[in-house]
Amino acid sequence: MTAAAQPVTAGSPDAMDAARRAVRRNSWILGLLAFLVVLLVFTKLIQPNYGPTGIQGLAVSAAALVLAAVAQAIVVISGGIDLSIGAMIAFTNVVAAQAMLTADDQTGVAIAIGVLLLGMLIGAVNGALIVMTRVADIIVTLAMSFVWAGCALLVLSVPGGRADTWLTSLASGSVVSEWLPKPAFLVLLIIALIWIPLRRSRLGLSLYAIGSDQLAAFRSGVSVGRTKIISYALAGLFSALAGLAVTANTGIGTPLPGGYTLTSVAAVVLGGVSLAGGRGGVVGPIIAVMILAVIRTDMTFLNLNSNLATVTQGVILIVVVMFGSLAALRRRRA
Amino acid sequence: MTDSTAELMLDAGGIAKAYGAVVALRDASLAVKPGEVHALMGANGAGKSTFVKILTGAVRPDRGRIKLRGRDSTASSPRDARRLGLVSVYQEPALLPDLDLRSNLRLTDTPVDPFRHWLNELGHPKLDLSLIAREVPLASLRIVDLARALAIEPDVLLLDEMTAALPADLTERVLDVIGRQRGGKGSVVFISHRMIEIAAICDRATVLREGATVGVVDVSAGSEERIVELMLGKIDELPERTEESRRAAARADGATPRLAGKGLASGTALEDVSFDVYPGEVLGVVALEGQGQDELFDILAGAIRPSSGEILVDGSTASFRHPADAIRAGVVYIAADRAEALLMQRSVRENISLPGVATLARWGPIDLGRERGKVGRAVDMLQIDARAGAEVRRLSGGNQQKVTIARWVTDGVHTMLCFDPTRGIDIRTKTQIYVLLRDLAEAGAAILLYTSELKEIQLVCDRVIVIFGGKVVAELDAREADEPRLLRAAYNLKADAELPEETIAESTSDGTTLEAATEPQTAPSAPSPAPVEAGTSAEPGGDTDR
Repeated sequence: MTAAAQPVTAGSPDAMDAARRAVRRNSWILGLLAFLVVLLVFTKLIQPNYGPTGIQGLAVSAAALVLAAVAQAIVVISGGIDLSIGAMIAFTNVVAAQAMLTADDQTGVAIAIGVLLLGMLIGAVNGALIVMTRVADIIVTLAMSFVWAGCALLVLSVPGGRADTWLTSLASGSVVSEWLPKPAFLVLLIIALIWIPLRRSRLGLSLYAIGSDQLAAFRSGVSVGRTKIISYALAGLFSALAGLAVTANTGIGTPLPGGYTLTSVAAVVLGGVSLAGGRGGVVGPIIAVMILAVIRTDMTFLNLNSNLATVTQGVILIVVVMFGSLAALRRRRA
Repeated sequence: MTDSTAELMLDAGGIAKAYGAVVALRDASLAVKPGEVHALMGANGAGKSTFVKILTGAVRPDRGRIKLRGRDSTASSPRDARRLGLVSVYQEPALLPDLDLRSNLRLTDTPVDPFRHWLNELGHPKLDLSLIAREVPLASLRIVDLARALAIEPDVLLLDEMTAALPADLTERVLDVIGRQRGGKGSVVFISHRMIEIAAICDRATVLREGATVGVVDVSAGSEERIVELMLGKIDELPERTEESRRAAARADGATPRLAGKGLASGTALEDVSFDVYPGEVLGVVALEGQGQDELFDILAGAIRPSSGEILVDGSTASFRHPADAIRAGVVYIAADRAEALLMQRSVRENISLPGVATLARWGPIDLGRERGKVGRAVDMLQIDARAGAEVRRLSGGNQQKVTIARWVTDGVHTMLCFDPTRGIDIRTKTQIYVLLRDLAEAGAAILLYTSELKEIQLVCDRVIVIFGGKVVAELDAREADEPRLLRAAYNLKADAELPEETIAESTSDGTTLEAATEPQTAPSAPSPAPVEAGTSAEPGGDTDR
């Protein structure tokens, strides 16, 4: 009769058990990592002289997308979706490039900080509109993507502006070893500095809570509206970081948004974040971005049409996610 | 402030709340003394859940005052209520399904040591706090919820149907722990449908009816009657079945059964069920949970195909490949779960006319005039309260169930399959549904009625079959089928065998439901933690997005 109680109380949680559970909980990320390693080995096979230079190129091209994926992951974890990430990246990119046109290095740093604050602000505007109007996230952020894209064109109607040299210097070179590109190191450092304390804070918990079950979160004492606004503000902050990364990488401002929005959604899904919210983290999406970038590189090495790379990315997305849900289904049946 | 109110722990009065045209609460009040376990009672739809939501700050009242220890304490959110000293355990667990238990505790700032203490008291001493809430069985989640609330040591602890989803042994533990709160510092407001629980642990009971407090009763021996009386108010007495109607139902020799099953089987759940039901007859089906009745009804409704056996409609073999085949043959199905049958976001009109759209206009536009006439007749016939009819999800459960029935009755019923049609419906609507089923039978329909409320059998049915282990184990005349007899048959016991003690206790309370009685039966056979879907908690009209 204690049937319901047994499974919970069973077993003393020894180290083996804990390890097994850790593997099971992170199985998706481990699988992604294995996939990435396979891809890198494959790359080395088809291009024997692939080395530090290749990794450097990979880091430079992936930096902005990694930040965009983290921005999207935070929103999706808290149960939303942000379709304005690409537009926010373009907007912050042109604001930074335009402002740095006449500035010296010192004001340049101030400008960078100002751009980050701007990103948080416009992200918070997205969130506040969603909370106050109660219109679905997908619609509000789609509408706001037009607004921010328009604002970007108002600032700069054609590509222009310039990036400070201290900023562009961040996008090249390496630290410690030639295998660790400086942009990759910086991006990961920034993400770690923001994400790890956040994850351990009550706010981080609240982000997962509202994504998991809004009603239960509300009943547990979480301020749902405020947490949602904060999640969008964080997405804005990471979009602004991505905007700065684009500025550093290209040295100019480009008012037209690249394909960051939808690729970030793809990376989030591939990275094991549940679109229903509440599950996943930022590590998976980061690895997913690397996978997508390596595939593109391989296509180039294989001398295939680059449009084919886009097709492949789509196919891989569907196959991997399908494989994942099949595995989950089988586990549930077992 | 008078002396008497100063002594009260919780004093709420004049609470009113309306959702658009639907009045949930008119004038609710509740006064709880310190150290008291106080029951809040009311039939479904009386406004209990809205009242609880208002007390805990999940919903704002339109009017009214709430005082805690004599101080104005209208909470603006559950967090606010907790700060004021008022903590609630809701019907569904309020744990975040994707977080582990420790994070869930952290979210509500619950101290871990007292939490451990209460888990111990509640019979879960070794619970692993690193488990994700989703992986924990539902019953254990409720215990976690309760232990979490107790650990905060609130002034007032609100328990909304805490024991509804618990197996018998855990219910006992919970009642024991709550009972021991009596005379302590805090107070408990206890909501339950089970009269024996109220009698066992509560000091007083406040009764709500139709959104207003209609009485406060000291709980003692014999107070059950008074509480039931208050809950029901004046109801239309169900007329005794006349001999005339019984005779009408009595089948003539040589008549063809309207619907018959011969040796129906499906997998391991349903082994061999044969029955027949004649025009003008209501045939009851009684079974404990999971004895194959679900499969039987699915087969008859055309949702699944039998692995062997055959279905006869009006004497000739029928093969149902799809529910549409069954409907075409005149066999319609009323499910217990309204959500399965209704388009929740569409109007009453559309829901009623949906199955009939094919007969109104097979091609081309729907004849709206005819449709309106048909729907109007159905609404009148079933006395549906359609004020909130633009979206079915805003109707009460009872009215929703009436809509599922209404869609079939306007064009005359041939054969109706009812699977627990009164589950979770208030008594007044139940009575209306009983009367309707009998009227339909008298008009010549054949009705197959599975019910988990045994007293429905004598009220509504002519005959009853009892299924156990996928086979028919008894067939009784409804006149002989009183609750103890049915219960014995349902457990497949001999007529003179002794029943397990707790089952007798259940059957002597207000109305036996098989769901309550099955728990000791089914618990040992289901030790594995079924995937718990704790994240589904829709609250119609609830104001959650803040």
